[in-house]
Order: sequence, then structure tokens, then C-alpha cells
Amino acid sequence: MAKSHKPVVWFPFAAGGTVIAFCIPVIVVLTFLAALGHVPSGLSYERMHAFAGSGLGKLIIFGVLALSLWSSAHRLRCTFYDFGVRADTLVATVLYVAAIVASIASALFLLRI
Amino acid sequence: MSRNPLVREVPPTTWFFRHPRYLRYMSREITCIFIAAYCVMLVVGLQRLAAGPAAWDGFLLALRSADSIVFHLLALAAALYHAATWFNATQKAMPIQIGEDFVPGSVISGAHYVAWAVLSIAVLYFAGAF
Amino acid sequence: MTPLKERLVQLEVLRYNPDTDTEAHFQRYEVVCQEEWVVLDALNKVKADIDPTLNFRWSCHMAVCGSCGMMINGEPKLSCHAFLRSYEGVIRVEPLAHFPIERDLVTAPDDFMEKLKRVKPYIIPKEKKPISEGEYKQTPAQLMKFRQYSMCINCMLCYAACPEYGLTPDFIGPAALTLAHRYNLDSRDGGRLARQEVVATHEGVWDCTFVGACSEVCPAHVDPASALQQMKITSSIDWIVEHLIPGGKS
Repeated sequence: MAKSHKPVVWFPFAAGGTVIAFCIPVIVVLTFLAALGHVPSGLSYERMHAFAGSGLGKLIIFGVLALSLWSSAHRLRCTFYDFGVRADTLVATVLYVAAIVASIASALFLLRI
Repeated sequence: MSRNPLVREVPPTTWFFRHPRYLRYMSREITCIFIAAYCVMLVVGLQRLAAGPAAWDGFLLALRSADSIVFHLLALAAALYHAATWFNATQKAMPIQIGEDFVPGSVISGAHYVAWAVLSIAVLYFAGAF
Repeated sequence: MTPLKERLVQLEVLRYNPDTDTEAHFQRYEVVCQEEWVVLDALNKVKADIDPTLNFRWSCHMAVCGSCGMMINGEPKLSCHAFLRSYEGVIRVEPLAHFPIERDLVTAPDDFMEKLKRVKPYIIPKEKKPISEGEYKQTPAQLMKFRQYSMCINCMLCYAACPEYGLTPDFIGPAALTLAHRYNLDSRDGGRLARQEVVATHEGVWDCTFVGACSEVCPAHVDPASALQQMKITSSIDWIVEHLIPGGKS
């Protein structure tokens, strides 16, 4: 029985789970305010553009998105198994590739700002 | 004496209805669906931000629908449930021993809640939410 | 002294006779019990007065030996620790989930026993020293580090609670992995890398999705879920040292 390479996918899952717990609720509140018609001043084009234009801002946005996406993809993979879908390799490949594609897309958008 | 043990299979698609704690576990796990969908929405927002002021304002305007409000409520509930389960788990994953005794788990999880509250209020403040 | 209060208890017990049955079935018993009794007492009363063919395991009657684990109203419990006053109506008693039924409430623990051996649940000394050099000493703090994980009574309730073990029977499972953790944390032990050959596999900690049911049902408050989470972290650090750090030992 060989040792597993699961840490490759689990470590970013654990990091992402922490990022989701700390960051996603407050971000949801911000866009929720916008959805209710009370756009916070920080979500104006000027301020968002300035934030996403800075090096630190790019790093934070990319870090939060990439890790949250990966963590969700990994958890969804386990959930498929729990729901009785046994094609784990296929499920894992599709979900991880989707997370990577979305992360690359956000990196490209960030570089355009 | 010969043995003839009876093996009982676990139903692979309905096992989680057997006990409330399994339903709690599954609800924790499916929070990831709403988190993932919300993150995809953020990626779209990033694309709109890169496309210029008109596109960004269009994105913000598009958020103002009944569907979007319902989705935000679901995503918020999912994110909060995830956060609570995650912080409660930290005391199990990372116990801290000082001398002979372990720091009470409630202190470790409590510190996470405090840090989370401070961070969230700071973000809301800097984003001009109040 | 006030007389003990009596109560007519209805039990629904899963029966299976390996010599004649192809399926298990429920049998209803009505038995007069004392209000203070536990489910195991009620079963013993049934066996003594009503049906001597009923089979179940028990020994100490004080939540120490770990023999009398059963599903009571769907919950893995030590039947000597399940008080009748906690239950209303018919009490449903079944053999521990996820294990094959040997006969009636007796399950076959072979799989658990085999897994227990595989994790090397004993001290593998860092360096062997002759008896003349004296004992391996340990401070109270070093003892406290693993003490909780040494309290396991091998009752297998955690296996009956763990859905991942039910779905993936190859999973080494909560109690055996926790015992590996107990020895890994022992200051006198040097066997962690040997145990990692089992712990760090797919069937080891990586089949655990942290449902947490094991810790909820553990009668000895061992908290296997925490042990497995900690082992996932150390196994991940091992992997990084092994694969990403040049010269990192395997």
C-alpha cells in the first residue's frame, strides 16, 4: 500500500476552508448590500479599480478566489462520493480543472486592471 | 462450528437519512455548492471590472433582482454555517498544550471568532458599508 | 427504603440465526424491568425469563470492557450505559452497524481486529536499551499529550457511527488510527514513520471526511475525529518534506 498524494489537494482545501470562513461572509454582505440597492462606497468603480489595480489588492483577490474555488471543488468532490457517485477520478478531474480554469481566468482579468 | 455472518450493505445514496447528525454533516458539505457559485459570480464581477466603468455599473445593477437577493441569502447562510463549523473544528485540529494542560478548546475556537469579527467589521468599515 | 419502581419495557430486537436464516428480522419482547435499569439489564431479563436463545455480548456492566456495544434506537451505545429512563415507547435494539452479524446482537469484529494490528499499536522504542539502564522515563506533560487517546476501550461504536467506514469498508477507521496517533505522540516511541505506511495511505486518514460522528458516540471521550485531523496535518507536512524540500528524507 503506497502512501497517498492526497496532501496535494488537501492542503489547499484546508487553506481555502480557512479563507472562506474568514473572508467570504463579509464579501457576501457587501454584494448583498449592492443587491438591495445600497451600494457601499467601496464597491464604486473608482475604488474597486484602485484596489484591484494595486499589487497587494491583486494578490488578495486572487488568493481569496483561487483558494475558495479549490476548497469548494475538493469538498464537492467528496460530496459527490457521499451522494453515491463512485466515478471519483472523473468527478475529481472535472472539478479541479474547473477550479483551475476559473482561477486562471481571474488572474487574467486582474492583469487587465 | 461454521460461521455464516450476515453482511449488511450501506445504501450508498440514502445513508444520510439514517441519523440527524449525518444530515448536519451533509448540510455542512453542500455549503460548498453555494460558495462555489458565489465565487464564480465574483470571477464574473472581476471580468466586468476589467471591462470598464459601464460594465462594472451594469454588474452592480444586475445584482438588484429578486433572484439575486435570494441567492445572496443562501450564500450568506452557507458561508456563515461553513465558518461556524470550521472555527469549531480548529480546536480539534490544532490543540495547544501549555505545560501539562491543554488550552480549552473554547478558547481556541473563541479566538478565531474574535479575529473573524474584527476582520469582518474592518472590511465593512473600509468598504464604506457604514 | 422506598421500593424500586417497575416498568413494562417493550424491546424490538434484531434476530439472526446463522444456521437457519438468510435475513435478519425483528422480534418483540415485553419484559418487566426496574426503572433504574439499563438496556443490558432488560436483555438479560429477557434471556433469563423469556427467550434463552437470545445472543448478545457483555462482560463488565460498567462501561469499561467495551463488549456490549449495540445500536439502540439507531444510536451506537454501550447497552450497559443506556438507561431505560432515557427512552420512551418501544426500544429498538440492533447489532452494531457496519459489522457483519454473527448471531442476533453479536457482530463479527474480525475486520477491526485486523486493522488494529496493522497500525502497530504498541511502543516501538526510539533506541533499545538494556534493562540495566533502567526505565524509559516520561514527564506528566509528556503523558498528558497522548493520555486522552489512550482511553479507547475498543468498543467499536465509532466504526458503527462512521458513515465513511460503512461506505468504504477498506477505511482503517477511527479507533485504530487514533491508537496509532496515541503511540505517535508518546515521547518513548520512535515508530511514527513505520505507522505512516498505513496511516498516510488512501485507506488511512485520507478516507476520513471529518463527519465527526466517531467523537459524538465515543463513550470514553477519546475524540477520534481530532486525532485524525491532526494526523492529516502531520501527513501533509511529511509529504511536503518528502517531495518539495530537496534532500528531505522519505
